[in-house]
Amino acid sequence: MDLADAEKVSPGIIACRLEAETSGRAYQDVWKQMDETIPVFMKSIRRGLGDHSKSRSGLVGGDARKLYDKEPLLLGPLAKRAAAYAVATAEANAKMMCIVACPTAGSCGIVPAVVAAVGEHVGAKRYDYTRALFTAAGIGHVVAENASIAGAVGGCQAECGTAAGMAAAAAIDLLGGTTEQMKNAIALALKNILGLTCDPVAGLVEVPCVKRNGFEAVHTLVAVEMAMAGIKTQIPVDEVVAAMDQIGKLMPVSLRETSLAGLAATETGKRIADKLSRENKDY
Amino acid sequence: MGIFDIIGPIMIGPSSSHTAGAARIGQLARLILNDELTAADITLYGSFAKTGRGHGTDKALVAGLMGYGPDSIVIRNAIETARKNGIKIHFFFSEEDAGHPNTAKILAYGTNDRKVEVVGRSLGGGRVMITSINGYAVAITGEENTLLTHHKDVPGIVASVSRVLADEYVNISNMRVFRKNKGVDAVMIIHTDDPITEACKQKILACNPNIVNVMTLKKV
Repeated sequence: MDLADAEKVSPGIIACRLEAETSGRAYQDVWKQMDETIPVFMKSIRRGLGDHSKSRSGLVGGDARKLYDKEPLLLGPLAKRAAAYAVATAEANAKMMCIVACPTAGSCGIVPAVVAAVGEHVGAKRYDYTRALFTAAGIGHVVAENASIAGAVGGCQAECGTAAGMAAAAAIDLLGGTTEQMKNAIALALKNILGLTCDPVAGLVEVPCVKRNGFEAVHTLVAVEMAMAGIKTQIPVDEVVAAMDQIGKLMPVSLRETSLAGLAATETGKRIADKLSRENKDY
Repeated sequence: MGIFDIIGPIMIGPSSSHTAGAARIGQLARLILNDELTAADITLYGSFAKTGRGHGTDKALVAGLMGYGPDSIVIRNAIETARKNGIKIHFFFSEEDAGHPNTAKILAYGTNDRKVEVVGRSLGGGRVMITSINGYAVAITGEENTLLTHHKDVPGIVASVSRVLADEYVNISNMRVFRKNKGVDAVMIIHTDDPITEACKQKILACNPNIVNVMTLKKV
């Protein structure tokens, strides 16, 4: 981000250039590869909204459309749309449609939902979307290097938390905020997800993951709204990432994608797992 | 880890380890078989055995074995597609500890009694490692161009093979040699910057009588 400030460009431009340097590829090739994820993102949102079927387990599917079709009762239209987009993408993932892992498949709805909702709001062009995605990827890369993006290593904070930080950075980029606001938005988004466990029912990326994507999209918007209003984080973003790493390491293995505790170990969670396990071996 | 490990891979859901990784393991097994697939016996271990079906691990492995990648829509109906093409697929679910929670063992059959046993692990984020081929311990990720030889454990194999590569102007990025027992069967894995051509492969096969078999994998 210091580099971005020094050159007065978006952190996304720096991220693209660093990737080109480390991979030995041309800047334009790297740019094009990110640009090509946009139609996949958009299609995953559209297909998630358009497909009413259930996932193989029957646990999720069809909820994104319900949310999308309803007149907002309490939320603003942008926030409600973002939540619907995020659930749509996560449902598409659960139903074995094509998605972009971002940073993981389980958290794949948050970044596209926020980027699409904010992008529509500000009238972003394709170039802006690509740049914002590079900004998001750059932030995700920093978290991956200094903490983790795997639920099995750091719990859900590592997946949905990182996604929220990435989405916050992308949103600030699209809104034309400063890098200072960006750092604040990322820190605020991450801080509020610290400690989140990964305890999916029956080990599937469905409950609570799909709806959680919707929640985290709105959560990200709150962090962005705060940062754009000039609210500052008391703990600098680098230290928040370090805290995330420490919390992940302290988290018991039963709450890191093993489905041994938490929601997975509830009476209902176990009943669902038993039922699916019997069906699993039915060849 | 690069930027496109963060935004990416583009994949069929729902899980980068259980779906995208499984497709990659299947794809690599197919490349190692190096033949048309006629049948496969697939054993799933650990988390693959427990939650594999809900994650489409079974479908993804079969799609990979048919040559399709993690972003191929074929994954959704891979098992039906395989059956339609006369490919016999059998699944086994093991309670054994395979040393890694996301492990699959694939016995893949080609034409003319050709078969190969491949064990692969899904490491997360869609990245994988083949850990065994026909009982030989190996470490192949498919992220680099790979040359693999089966040979007798005698002096001079490394020299013979590296001579051919030098003549063909292929640069080696790293290499490892494994053996089951001293003086018996051994395996060498060489990663190269450039892909290895069919002509180069034939030269390696001919360069030393103690080399039994040569496989090449282009990076995927």
